[in-house]
Amino acid sequence: MRNASRPALDALDPDLLATTVSRRDALRRAGTRVAGLAIASAPLALGLMARDAFAQGPLPQAIRDVLNFALTLEYLEDEFYRAGLAAPGLIPATDRAVFQQIGTHETAHVQLLRGVLGSDATTKPTFDFTAGGAFGDVFTNYQTFLALSQGFEDTGVRAYKGQAGAVVSDNGVLTTALQIHSVEARHAAQVRRMRGRKGWITAASTDVGALAAVYAGDAVTVQAGVDTSAFAGTDAATEAFDEPLTREAVLAIAGQFIVS
Amino acid sequence: MTPVPPPGRAALAFLDGVRRATPRRTFLQWAGLTLGVSVIGCSDDDPVGPMPGGDDVMLGAGDIGILNYAYALEQLEAAFYTRVVGAPYAGIATDELALLTDIRDHEIVHREFLKAALGAQAIPMLTFDFTSVDFTSRASVLGAARTFEDLGVSAYNGAGALISDAGYLLLAGKIVSVEARHASAIRDLLNPGSADFAGDDVVTPASGLDGAKTPAAVLATAAGFLNETIDASTIPSS
Repeated sequence: MRNASRPALDALDPDLLATTVSRRDALRRAGTRVAGLAIASAPLALGLMARDAFAQGPLPQAIRDVLNFALTLEYLEDEFYRAGLAAPGLIPATDRAVFQQIGTHETAHVQLLRGVLGSDATTKPTFDFTAGGAFGDVFTNYQTFLALSQGFEDTGVRAYKGQAGAVVSDNGVLTTALQIHSVEARHAAQVRRMRGRKGWITAASTDVGALAAVYAGDAVTVQAGVDTSAFAGTDAATEAFDEPLTREAVLAIAGQFIVS
Repeated sequence: MTPVPPPGRAALAFLDGVRRATPRRTFLQWAGLTLGVSVIGCSDDDPVGPMPGGDDVMLGAGDIGILNYAYALEQLEAAFYTRVVGAPYAGIATDELALLTDIRDHEIVHREFLKAALGAQAIPMLTFDFTSVDFTSRASVLGAARTFEDLGVSAYNGAGALISDAGYLLLAGKIVSVEARHASAIRDLLNPGSADFAGDDVVTPASGLDGAKTPAAVLATAAGFLNETIDASTIPSS
């Protein structure tokens, strides 16, 4: 589909294109393409979106803020797994395939978001994964590494979910965000299970006190006015729905690991 | 659309016989033909009861249509795991049964929540055809579970942009990540310790993006497990 559409666009004089295609039209067009191509070739579609629409002017501030917020979290995860995989003797050979896969995805998310944001992309912060010493053995003690990994992935799930409403007007961005969101959930479940936990979150429980903020407010049993604990008990009701976190709550969690 | 009057007892018995004897697709074609004929021959004093499959189910329009679409998929998942947990494959490990029981409960919660939220606009309870699953085989059961969970993830991911109300969108978001957690766990049961929990067959490595499918694509897969035919022609397409 992309190959069919590009030659026509390429044939147009760029100045003519700029004057005859409004930004709004370009965005709508790109959004449609992204929605239509999401299954087969989302990266291509996103690349297209970045060139066709976003290159013509700044992104709406609200969308830019959401994407940069997401990019900050992806920077954090990407660097965390790079450091973990590089730390000698940290990750057992039997578990490396899992973390290599997670790391591959986080790197891809960074590249994807940077591609969409272009020159609006926020720069990578400087991280301290010990959080000032609270997790001092994060890259020498595998259990600490696993606990932080779980915390970052579960935070990511709640963070993306919390931004859904902010990108509801842009179908392309929304679909892409959802496609990242479910990957974070796959990661989270895997790491939780490697730690001997359930893949899903019961109530707001955590075995890592320092990460309590990651699970705050997750014990909801009433959804859209419906008491969901009536169907299969309270635990199942809380496990069956993952709750969002506000941007402020997420930044407070991530901020512990950001030096500047 | 005009509801098709239910066929009489003799027609039902005939259909049941045809259904046992013929592959599903052929049966549906037969059923369609026979129902068409039965409209003519049906009289008021024929016993009226629910047709055991074969009916068209309309999802409705707007966000209601999307919620009914989700409700249909959750019905499918809940029915599947209820059967799995009700008669587990031989030698199932205790923790594996506990995991599948958790998933069953989550799917029941999703199903019942959507039913309650939809109220009078909810589609009827669907009936399912799991004849392609060997419930005595771990590989068959977990393979089907993987299909259903990955399907659910890609369905919600694809449906997000079709929802107009931000509240419904958030609810879908709260559910889809749990489906993704299920998919991850099932995939790890099938190939422990591997990259399959988020395998390259579902998450495109170059983009790190999970699947997103249109309702038409999802329902084409789901149709293989449904007795009824889901008519998604009324739900939003953008």
